[in-house]
Amino acid sequence: MTMGVSTDTVDTQMGRAPARRRGSATARRAETWASNAFFYGMVGFVLAFLYIPIAVLIAFSFNSSRSLSWPMTGVSLEWYARLLANEDLLEALWNSVYVAAAATALTLIIGVPAALALDRFDFPGKGLFRKLVLLPIALPGIITGISMLIMFRMIGFNLSLETVILGHATALVSVVVTQVFARLQRLPRSYEEASADLGASGLQTFFLVTLPNIRTAIIGAALLSFTLSFDEIPVTFFLTGRDNTLPMYIWSTLRRGLTPEINAVGALIVVFSIVLITLSVVLTRDKSGKRG
Amino acid sequence: MRLATRNRLSSGGVLSLPLVWTFLFLFIPYAILFIYSFWEKKFPTFVPAFQFGNYLELMVDPQYVRVLLRTIKIAGLVSLLSLLLAYPYAYFLVHKVKRPGVKLVLYMAVVLPLWVSYLLRAYTWKTILGTQGILNSFLVSTGILSEPSSVFLYNQTAMVVTLTYVFIPFMVMPIYAALEKIPGSLTEASRDLGMSAIQTFVRVTLPLSMPGVIAGFTMTFCLSFGDFIAPFLVGGPDGMMIANVIATQFGAALNWPLGSALALVMLVIVLTIITLSDRLQGVGRGKYA
Repeated sequence: MTMGVSTDTVDTQMGRAPARRRGSATARRAETWASNAFFYGMVGFVLAFLYIPIAVLIAFSFNSSRSLSWPMTGVSLEWYARLLANEDLLEALWNSVYVAAAATALTLIIGVPAALALDRFDFPGKGLFRKLVLLPIALPGIITGISMLIMFRMIGFNLSLETVILGHATALVSVVVTQVFARLQRLPRSYEEASADLGASGLQTFFLVTLPNIRTAIIGAALLSFTLSFDEIPVTFFLTGRDNTLPMYIWSTLRRGLTPEINAVGALIVVFSIVLITLSVVLTRDKSGKRG
Repeated sequence: MRLATRNRLSSGGVLSLPLVWTFLFLFIPYAILFIYSFWEKKFPTFVPAFQFGNYLELMVDPQYVRVLLRTIKIAGLVSLLSLLLAYPYAYFLVHKVKRPGVKLVLYMAVVLPLWVSYLLRAYTWKTILGTQGILNSFLVSTGILSEPSSVFLYNQTAMVVTLTYVFIPFMVMPIYAALEKIPGSLTEASRDLGMSAIQTFVRVTLPLSMPGVIAGFTMTFCLSFGDFIAPFLVGGPDGMMIANVIATQFGAALNWPLGSALALVMLVIVLTIITLSDRLQGVGRGKYA
């Protein structure tokens, strides 16, 4: 990905034309100053834009009153206490974990072989297969949602958390395929050829040679797939029966009005996400260090 | 010979599950969606038919065209605003930050919000922009406004801001990757030949980073184009987008065939944009790399 970056420092040091820039030293200094001011301003603005809302979200989860206006009335843990006592919400949370775990397992079972097939094999219809598998990445979730809804209704399937799982898996296979495919492309073919030459069967080669080499990509893809499923609305919206996932529960609460309880859920999700990200960074770094 | 047979066998085994899945859950649903768009609504159900009534209604009834144009406008504004914010940010990371640690932290700072619930990121803007919201309380307490104003929420500006907030990481990532790929020797050469920093940017860096810009633009455009959550939360009466109308057809309005036709229109637009973007990126690569 970063090819060519390491070589350029060498030739810049070799020979630098003495009068390469026009204009006086002061003009140049003013130009540098202006450009620095512009960039620091932009970067500061983007960071503020990204993080002030998240800070606001978390801050108000500790507000002592129901209101969501500044200044906060005081600090309390009331909303967290209510959240833990809210059985609907806890059930929705459990549903989300179930859906995300099952959908992630499915995306791996389908996505890893699909990535292998796209990278290693030629077969008729490969182009169409690639297009179809990757389509949900770019396609609005609502299209996956309604098209599967119509199909389930046609064959007389009742909507449930299981239909949601099928929907999520279909939408998220593309995530696993892109991540694993990218890793496979960087993996030298010679490893597998050596394994086959030494008499290993196709399955042995896969489990002993290929899989260990793409393990970090699979872990990363699984974590991403889990998070995306945990957070998914457009597909869930159309495919769920009476059971709610966490985002659907929050969505239905939002229709009734805003409360800091939602902020408390949000704050917990932020913490949970940070744990997941740290986990994925640690897991990935550990492996790549070992394998060079 | 034996190896080849074995390979073919194992490739068949590896392939079958993804192929069956793709056929069952991607190909068939899309095909059904297509067929359904020609069906007719006959209360209380929908009956099989082959007629263009649904498509005709989409063209004749001005509300659908209006919503479609509004959706394109909003998605375009979101992509443009994201680009204006994301490009300088990515450029700063690649060209101005020297320490790799700082670079990683600033890059992760943009990607991290993607892991925080999308719904909650949109929701927090509702609490910020509302009449009781933080923006209003802040403006009133500092004396800029004498009383809370309702102009911030429930309009298209609120939607553009919220969608930009939600999707800007998809603009930063490809631009960063494109800028990172440009060999430093090219900009050095331009400077050595007497170009100013701005000339170098306009004539070397910017054209070479165009594939990243196009990829980012495509992503943010398609994502905001299909969104129905931000319009629901912060959009207000004139903020309905095409996905909201589709959702209504599958909900309250209960006209699935019409909704399917609309979804197909959406599908065609998105696919056209992706194809165009692929072409453009291909051209960019062929020309410069």
